[in-house]
Amino acid sequence: MQLLEQTAKRTRDLAPALDYWTVRVVAEESEILHVRQGVVEPTRLQISRGGMISLVRGSGMGYAATSDLSAGGLRTAFAEALRWAELHARLGLFDAGLFPRFDARSEYRTPTPEPWDARSTEDKLGLLRDACTALVIDPRILDSSAWLEYRRLSQLLVNGDGGRSEQVLEYVNPGLAAVAHEAGQTQRRTGGGADHPGQGGLERIAQVGFLDAAPRVGEEALALLAAPECPTGTRDLLLMPGQMALQIHESIGHPLELDRILGDERNYAGTSFVTPDMFGTYRYGSELLNVTFDPSLPGELASSATDDEGTPAERAYLIRDGILERPLGGRLSQARSGLPGVANARASGWDRPPIDRMGNINLEPGNDTLDDLVGQVERGVLMDTNRSWSIDDSRNKFQFGCELGRLIENGELKGLVRNPGYRGISANFWRSLAGVGDRQEFEVMGVRNCGKGEPNQGVFVGHAAPPCLFLEVSVFGGGQ
Amino acid sequence: MMRDAFFDLADRLGDGLRGDEVLFCNLDGEDSDFVRLNRNRVRQAGSLHRRSLDLSLISAGRQVEGGCELSGSPEQDLTLARNLLERLRERLPHVPEDPYLSYSTTPASSERVLGVGGLPDAEEAVSELIAGAGDLDLVGIWASGDILSGLASSIGHRHWHRSTSFNLDFSCFLESDKAIKAGYGGLEWDSARLAEKLEGVRRGLALMARPVRSIPPGRYRTYLAPEAVQELMDMLAWGGFGLKSHRTAQTPLLRLVEGECSLDPRVSIREEPGRGLVPGFTTEGFGKPERVDLIAGGRYSECLVDSRSGKEYGAPVNADSEYPESIALDAGEMPRAEVLDRLGTGLYIGNLWYLNYSDRNDCRITGMTRFGTFWVEKGEPVAPVRVMRFDDSIYHLLGDRLEALTEERELLLSAETYGGRSTASSLLPGILVGGIDLAL
Repeated sequence: MQLLEQTAKRTRDLAPALDYWTVRVVAEESEILHVRQGVVEPTRLQISRGGMISLVRGSGMGYAATSDLSAGGLRTAFAEALRWAELHARLGLFDAGLFPRFDARSEYRTPTPEPWDARSTEDKLGLLRDACTALVIDPRILDSSAWLEYRRLSQLLVNGDGGRSEQVLEYVNPGLAAVAHEAGQTQRRTGGGADHPGQGGLERIAQVGFLDAAPRVGEEALALLAAPECPTGTRDLLLMPGQMALQIHESIGHPLELDRILGDERNYAGTSFVTPDMFGTYRYGSELLNVTFDPSLPGELASSATDDEGTPAERAYLIRDGILERPLGGRLSQARSGLPGVANARASGWDRPPIDRMGNINLEPGNDTLDDLVGQVERGVLMDTNRSWSIDDSRNKFQFGCELGRLIENGELKGLVRNPGYRGISANFWRSLAGVGDRQEFEVMGVRNCGKGEPNQGVFVGHAAPPCLFLEVSVFGGGQ
Repeated sequence: MMRDAFFDLADRLGDGLRGDEVLFCNLDGEDSDFVRLNRNRVRQAGSLHRRSLDLSLISAGRQVEGGCELSGSPEQDLTLARNLLERLRERLPHVPEDPYLSYSTTPASSERVLGVGGLPDAEEAVSELIAGAGDLDLVGIWASGDILSGLASSIGHRHWHRSTSFNLDFSCFLESDKAIKAGYGGLEWDSARLAEKLEGVRRGLALMARPVRSIPPGRYRTYLAPEAVQELMDMLAWGGFGLKSHRTAQTPLLRLVEGECSLDPRVSIREEPGRGLVPGFTTEGFGKPERVDLIAGGRYSECLVDSRSGKEYGAPVNADSEYPESIALDAGEMPRAEVLDRLGTGLYIGNLWYLNYSDRNDCRITGMTRFGTFWVEKGEPVAPVRVMRFDDSIYHLLGDRLEALTEERELLLSAETYGGRSTASSLLPGILVGGIDLAL
């Protein structure tokens, strides 16, 4: 924090006369430990430091990011940002007076009961070697990996009005992967926390059942080799949380992003089938569908006190009882559109400006146990763990593939099926939601590679959900 | 930090090495202008100055890697780099010997500087674009400036690659998703080329203005423009050509590798580092070849081999990573001017979007049509087509259903900016296929 405080002070001392300015200083440190086939890959330590100045002068706004945090570097950044403000004043899409201001002071730190440094590098590598060994239960396992990734992001956002937001976010993410191959068929199975990324310390290793998962991951990779292809046709579909995360992400999270609705992303990430007039009345899904923006859930990837423009982050319903309530838009998008929103203006790092992103987007639990959900299905497929995702630019026609499928017949789980996939249309799919798992089945997961924006930004996004049942979905298996 | 300052920093770090320590220093930097546009106005404009240093410290058969950002001040940067080096040195005894440690032990040097001085100021170019686009609903991004790569090692490697380029990636909309996409990138700005691009977009939009046609799922005779072929190549690049993915049976081209399937004999795919847009050296100091034949005459030929796989599997290094950065698909014999006639009745797909594997074992890919997709009848485009999902195998699209490749190819510069402005490029023809399966 010392570097961040010094940089903030230096910026304050240097700031020219402006209508408004902020500096967001970020110090990030990450480590990657990875054992593959029993061999320790080169360990990596990454230290990233930089700052972004955003400013408003008259009707123009601009930004400049720099890894040069000296007085000279910051002075140059102010001059660059002013150059862009002049361009914006002349040719801008909107008046820079809409640029959001904040005067709150806030602080947030990820709780880490067992800090990253509490164990030595040797211990961590030893754990990974043990897990990697436990994956290889058969010569048909051709590749095995165990990894542990750490990231600490310290950010200080201050402005010329006395506003201040300080956040220290820490993440520990373990994972396992086994690749099995036989007779022209390759199956990859992951686990041990691979699809459960989250905030926290080393205590997360035990929470996600890292080491215990290894034999099961290997066994399932092998079992999938011999499993029949997922059937093709219309079936009821039971999605486990490992796939629900992607389903929520692609067909609820992205279409509700207000900058997409405003057209900013039409050249890259796409637009949305959702239009401004739908909020408050549109039936997005069945009455069982309740979706929140929830920055308060402990351990979820995007939990925070404010967004990257300093707006205090609070829980809000996006969809309630199936009816669309509000979009995912930060204060700038709210001002441009006249719609309500949430605190979701986020940047991937010091070198990118905040834009509308998902934070934690969660599907709230219902009342069914997993057995209840299975029991409702006469002829269906259970699918778990996303491995393929694709959706159109307005976020309607989607297709997903999963690592593992299991048939459901007459209310009972049956054998494995391989290469399971399904496709549908967002606007219809969520209306076919017929069952939602209860609090016991609710899992906190997330996505670490959500890509969007020009210039491109990849961010961590949290998703929590229980298993959900959908009626009459088009499913299919592999083959040419 | 430019070349001399970087080499000087590496020298000073090298002076402090102990015993048998070997140090590789890689610099990655950019000075970029980014102007985002929406509705033909400036949405968000800014700039980025970044210098990132990567260190790889090697001793007694062990290696550790690290990276940090630099400030630009020589003394400050030396302190930052020494601090990082010290942390790597502390870690080194705690990692085991690395059986796949591999780096070039032969000193070499090179320097390539591309495109310096051929660009207008970003403000000038963007003003020209907005004026030229007039009442078009234009959305996209202008990105320009320097991209730097350097390598210096304690063994004596000294490599430098600098390019000053621009990439204008944009699309123009009529309504909803009725749009035409265009890109203009390079090392030298030419106002006449921009005017041509905008004129092409206007012609496309005139077609787009016609009523949309909805077509049911099924198999359709189709022409895929080079920009759509690029999306297919990007998917193949995802594990298709790397040695590790071949040896662990994860390549989506496994049936091709094992000779179970083949592609059309006219399909030859190469990696061409000799195109010169990407650095000609790897981070471990190996030189890249002029080209690597990945698929030749429809059959698997060679893999991309990075230093680690090279050591693990005993193959010569020919790539920095096992993903193509300068891919090329050989041209065919169909003149572009004859595309619509040869297509006859079917789909003209300008761009594909959001591809992914639906079954890697059979190289089956799904994705969406997007931008500039038309229904063609008797050689005449008659209507834009509502977006459709395809789900089909490369063994069909570049195999038994491939009818022709165009004799002209497009050099497409990547507009991607994750982790920095990309220097990747593709040299691709359009392809005519007897059928593509549309699923939704």
